[in-house]
Amino acid sequence: MKQLTALVSALVVGSSSSLLWAADAAKPESKMNVTAIVMFFIFVAVTLGITYWAAARTKSTKDFYAAGGGITGFQNGLAIAGDYMSAASFLGISAMVFAKGYDGLIYSIGFLVGWPVILFLMAEQLRNLGRYTFADIVSFRLSRVPIRTLSAMGTLFTVILYLIAQMVGAGQLIRTLFGLPYESAVVIVGVLMILYVAFGGMIATTWVQIIKAVLLLTGATFIALGALNHVGFNLEAFFRSAMEGVKASGLADHKAVVAGNKDIFAPGGLVSDPVSAISLGMALMFGTAGLPHILMRFFTVANAKEARKSVFFATGFIGYFYILTFIIGFGAVVMVAPNPQYVDAIKGTLNGGNNMAAIHMAHATGGDLFLGFISAVAFATILAVVSGLTLAGASAVSHDIYANAICGGKVDERKEIRISKFSALIIGIIAIFLGIQFEKQNVAFMVGLAFAIAASANFPILILSIYWKNLTTRGALIGGSLGLISTVTMVVLSKTVWVDVLGNKAPLFPYKDPAIFSMTLAFVGCWIFSKLDSSRQAQAERNLFDAQAVRCETGIGAAGASNH
Amino acid sequence: MNNDPQDGQLIDRIQKNPKYTELVTKRSSFAWKLSWLMLIIYYAFILVIAFAPKSLGTKISDGSVISIGIPIGAGIIVSAFLLTGIYVRRANGEFDDLTRQIKEETK
Repeated sequence: MKQLTALVSALVVGSSSSLLWAADAAKPESKMNVTAIVMFFIFVAVTLGITYWAAARTKSTKDFYAAGGGITGFQNGLAIAGDYMSAASFLGISAMVFAKGYDGLIYSIGFLVGWPVILFLMAEQLRNLGRYTFADIVSFRLSRVPIRTLSAMGTLFTVILYLIAQMVGAGQLIRTLFGLPYESAVVIVGVLMILYVAFGGMIATTWVQIIKAVLLLTGATFIALGALNHVGFNLEAFFRSAMEGVKASGLADHKAVVAGNKDIFAPGGLVSDPVSAISLGMALMFGTAGLPHILMRFFTVANAKEARKSVFFATGFIGYFYILTFIIGFGAVVMVAPNPQYVDAIKGTLNGGNNMAAIHMAHATGGDLFLGFISAVAFATILAVVSGLTLAGASAVSHDIYANAICGGKVDERKEIRISKFSALIIGIIAIFLGIQFEKQNVAFMVGLAFAIAASANFPILILSIYWKNLTTRGALIGGSLGLISTVTMVVLSKTVWVDVLGNKAPLFPYKDPAIFSMTLAFVGCWIFSKLDSSRQAQAERNLFDAQAVRCETGIGAAGASNH
Repeated sequence: MNNDPQDGQLIDRIQKNPKYTELVTKRSSFAWKLSWLMLIIYYAFILVIAFAPKSLGTKISDGSVISIGIPIGAGIIVSAFLLTGIYVRRANGEFDDLTRQIKEETK
């Protein structure tokens, strides 16, 4: 507890001194936003209070990784939504709708449709077979050391890439919203997430995510209602004024739409060819089902029934949220684009960039006070997502690598928790460091890469281990590694990295999204090398399938099912 | 995991219970049907975007600016939610009842 108090005071002192610094150095485009800062401090105070409360309740590994397993389906549904709805999707998708129209909706649909499939094929299986990480499920039958190592690699790759993208986005967003220097913003986010995860474990992380989800859904609802109210809740009038708004707009993106004679209510240039369209769809859909921080949430509920309910509520909240971002994006065309107050006429974008569409909408619909609220919500949103990521990464290190791969599953619980807390600290420091290093880099590809790795390395071995009797350790290792390596290689050689980041002239790999190829490689690799595997170990693994299936279907023997 | 011989016997008993077979058959066929339905809805949408993107721009009626793409997109989001609702309703009722009976019978 002493450590916690010390860290909190360090944070408060650190952030207030950087606030003062920001006041001196504030540039005209990044004014201090007092309401936002006050509301943000309230959020931080409440969540640190929860962390303090959670720390006292975090005694066992089960408390630390799975919040004691006592989260209800409704709470977990909200927490999943809080874990999944990132600031990037709130700002990015509404900005895409704002700039390009219908294309934004295509992305949201891709992000949503993975959820029903997770429910039908994975939710209760995860709950019945696993304890703390998705590697528990894969190593139910397969050999512990290699499988845990591979799963931990898949987890850490996904988590670090996702974290860097979130940290860079956080730094830029907070600089614009709060007038804080980039580095201080990244450090504050990093320190807070370390505090939540290291001291409060899954209990604190869950509540941070729940509070964030409620705040974000409330805020976005209010903005969307404001947008519809502007046209007297007449949808025809709403879309007509959006169409006319684009024609009258002075923004570069809108001029391009008009010049290209494009229909903002139909698919535009987002998806250029059928292979890219299908590949992107696969990465979004199956990537969701392979994100370690999302999968981990299924271990926080008591049984299969609550696991199913979690997805039902999560799908509802997330779907509702995406419909709101669609309304907010077009609302911004009507209410934000024509108002010189929000427009940078020289650059031909919104002030702070087009990603600020939803933020300006908050001001246009609710004034300064509401702008402050939404800014604080955006900050809270980032914190909830990065905490979930950090916890997933820390669990992979402590539970998969340390406790199972190194110690063979026999380890003192307290020592395992200590390792996990320490890992959270290290991951946090790495995230802060890389977040600062990547400030000027284009990190947009990193979320896509994280989804593609989740879809091509984590998802294939997970789904095959649940459903395919013949999967063996050798097959999973080769297939999973093929998925991981091919994804990274193809993304590096594609336009997004090879040209946009490394500055080469032409991409060596023609498609932006590798999932259609890398997922196929992973599945085919698992299949061929499992089939060819006639070792005695492979036979033993196949023989365990019946026991796994019984537990999977009935939950008999499932971890923690009877503890509460 | 199941080195314990008693575990092996328990698994054997459960597998021989006709209700277990019933549960497995019904649940997996229901789950895969719904999964296929979601995949077909989504990939049909993706294929239209890939091959006939303009068709989604067709207006819902003369004189309206709203394209059919908008209700279709919103409809996919709503259908995803409805499908999860349909599954949870049956699984948390019928399937969980079956599971409970299996557990009681094999105690």
